[in-house]
Amino acid sequence: MSVIEIENLTQDYQIGFWRKRNVRALDSLNLRVEAGEVFGFLGPNGAGKTTTFKILMRMLRPTAGEARILGQPLDDLRMRARIGYLPERPYFYHYLTAREFLVFCGALCDLPRDRAAKRAADLLDQVGLSDSADKHLRKFSKGMLQRAGLAQALINDPEVLFLDEPMSGLDPLGRREARELIANLRARGKTIFFSSHILTDVEAMCDRVAILNRGRLVESGRLSEILKTRSNEIEAVVSGVNEEILAELREFALEVQPTPEGARARLESDRDIARLLEVIHHANGRLVSVNPARESLEDFFMREIGGMK
Amino acid sequence: MKIIPIALNTFRESARDRALYNLMVFVILLIIASVVMGRIAVGQEVKIVIDLGLSAMTVFGVLMSIFLGIGLVSKEIENGAIANILSKPVRRTEFILGKYFGLCLTLFVSSVVMAAAITGALIYAQGGSDAAQWRLWPAAWLIFLELTIMTAVALLFSCFSSPALSALFALLIFLIGRWSPDLKLFAETSNSAAVRAVSRALYHLLPNLANFNYINETAHGEVAPWRMIAGNTVYAVCYIAAALAAAALIFNRRNFK
Ligand SMILES: Nc1ncnc2c1ncn2[C@@H]1O[C@H](COP(=O)(O)OP(=O)(O)OP(=O)(O)O)[C@@H](O)[C@H]1O
Ligand SMILES: [Mg+2]
Repeated sequence: MSVIEIENLTQDYQIGFWRKRNVRALDSLNLRVEAGEVFGFLGPNGAGKTTTFKILMRMLRPTAGEARILGQPLDDLRMRARIGYLPERPYFYHYLTAREFLVFCGALCDLPRDRAAKRAADLLDQVGLSDSADKHLRKFSKGMLQRAGLAQALINDPEVLFLDEPMSGLDPLGRREARELIANLRARGKTIFFSSHILTDVEAMCDRVAILNRGRLVESGRLSEILKTRSNEIEAVVSGVNEEILAELREFALEVQPTPEGARARLESDRDIARLLEVIHHANGRLVSVNPARESLEDFFMREIGGMK
Repeated sequence: MKIIPIALNTFRESARDRALYNLMVFVILLIIASVVMGRIAVGQEVKIVIDLGLSAMTVFGVLMSIFLGIGLVSKEIENGAIANILSKPVRRTEFILGKYFGLCLTLFVSSVVMAAAITGALIYAQGGSDAAQWRLWPAAWLIFLELTIMTAVALLFSCFSSPALSALFALLIFLIGRWSPDLKLFAETSNSAAVRAVSRALYHLLPNLANFNYINETAHGEVAPWRMIAGNTVYAVCYIAAALAAAALIFNRRNFK
C-alpha cells in the first residue's frame, strides 16, 4: 500500500468577479509515495505544488479526482492524528509563546498535557529554539517561525510529513539542521513529502522526485533514473589556474567552464586525468575533485521546464 | 473533544488583547460617571446608575460580540491559521464550536466585571448594601444571553460573507431584533398580504431581543421573574443552537484558497 495516493487530482480556481472564468491549477495529477520515502515535489512558481498540499490538508475540495493518505480518505480523523504538515506561509497565533503554541497543537492531536509539554521542550531544542521558547511568536523572525512550524508538524511524532518549502527563510545553518532532521526522520522510517526550490538540497535528500509544470506532471522517478549519466565522462574541478592553462585544458577537454576559484573541466574519459594533472601541476594549480559527470537536477530542470516556457 | 482546547485558546487570545482592557476601563469609567450624574438628580441615583450602567453594558457587549464574533473565523481564514487547524485531527464543526464558546467565555467574564462595577457603584452611591444591588444581576444575565445570541449571529454571517457586510447585517439584526414587538404589530396590522407575510417571517426568523431588555424595569425597582429568565434562557439556547448548526453547515462546505 502506498502511503500517499493521488489519483487524477484536478483543481480549478475561479477568478474574476464579473466575468468568472476557471484557471486550471492542477491537471489530472497521479502520484504515489511509498512508505519510508523522502519524496521531492518540484516545479517552477505557480506549478501547483501548494495547491496539491492544500487539497491533501482539507483546505480545498478538488474539482475532480481523489487522494488517500495511509490508505484513508482525507477526512479521516484517525489518519490525521498520524500525519504532520508545515504550510508554505506558516502563520501561528502570535499571542502565544512558542511553547504554548506547541502544547496547543499537541492538544489538537490528542496528546495528554504532560506528554505534549515534554515533547514541545524536546522539539524546541531540536529546531534550535530553546532560547526563545517562552517568547511570543509575534516577536519571531521569519526563519524562527519556520522552525516553530517544523516543530509543530512533528508534535504528534507523525508517520507521514508534508512540508511545503521547509527550507524557505532558513539561514545556512538552519538549512543544514533541517536536512539532518529530515535524514533522522527518514532513518526512523517516516515518509516525507516535501516541495522545494533548492535543487541541491533535493538532490542530497530525496529518494524520488516528481516535477510539475503548469499543473501537469512532467516527470517522476528516482534521481538516478531521471538524470542522464553521461557515459564515461569525468568532471574535474581545479583551482589556481590562469588563462594560459585554461587554453591548454581546452585543447583536450570537452568543455571548460571558469569558476571563481579556477575551472570545471569535463573530460571524455578517465584516461585524460593524467594529462590534466600534468597541465595544472605545471602551473602550481590544484586538483579539487574528480567525479563521474552526471547531469545535475538544475540542468534537468532547465532542459525540461526551460524549453516548455 | 477538541472544542475545549480551541475555546480556551480563543479565550486566551482575548485575555491578552490590550484593546479589550481599554474598553473595560472605559465602561467602568462610564459607570463611575453615572454615580456623579446620579448625584445631580437627587433621589434618582439608584435608577440612573442601574439604567446607565446596564445600557452601557449592552452597547459595549453587543459591539464586542459582533466585531469579535465576526473575527473569530474570518481572521483565521485571512491569516492562514486555519491551515494548521484543518491539517490536524479536528472536525470543522469542532473548530466553529470551540471558537464560539471561547468568545462566550470572554463575554461572560467581561459581563461579570461590568455588573460587578455597577454593583460597586451602587454600594458607593447608597453608602451600604441594598436589595437594588442584587436586582441588577438577573437583568445582567439577560444581557449576557443577548450577547451570546449576537455572537452566534455574527459568526453565522462571517461564514459566508465578508467581514464588513457581516458587521452591517449583524448590526441590522440587532436593531430589528430589539424592535421585534413593533415588527409583530406591523405583521398583524399591515394592509398588504405580502408585507404581512414578510414581516411575520422576519419576526419568527430574527432573534426576539426585546425580551432580553429588562433594564428599565430593573431601574424602577422590579426584579426579573424566574419564569421569564428560564424561558429566555431556553429561547437563547435554541436560537444559538440553530445559528451554530447553520454556521457549521456552511463552514463545512467552504474552500479556503
Ligand atoms: N487562491 C487562488 N485563486 C486563484 N488562483 C490561484 C490561487 N492560488 C493559486 N492559484 C493559481 O494556481 C496555480 C498554482 O499555484 P500554487 O500556489 O499551487 O503554485 P506553487 O507550485 O506552490 O508555486 P510556488 O513555487 O510559487 O509556491 C498558479 O497559477 C496560481 O496563480
Ligand atoms: Mg507554493
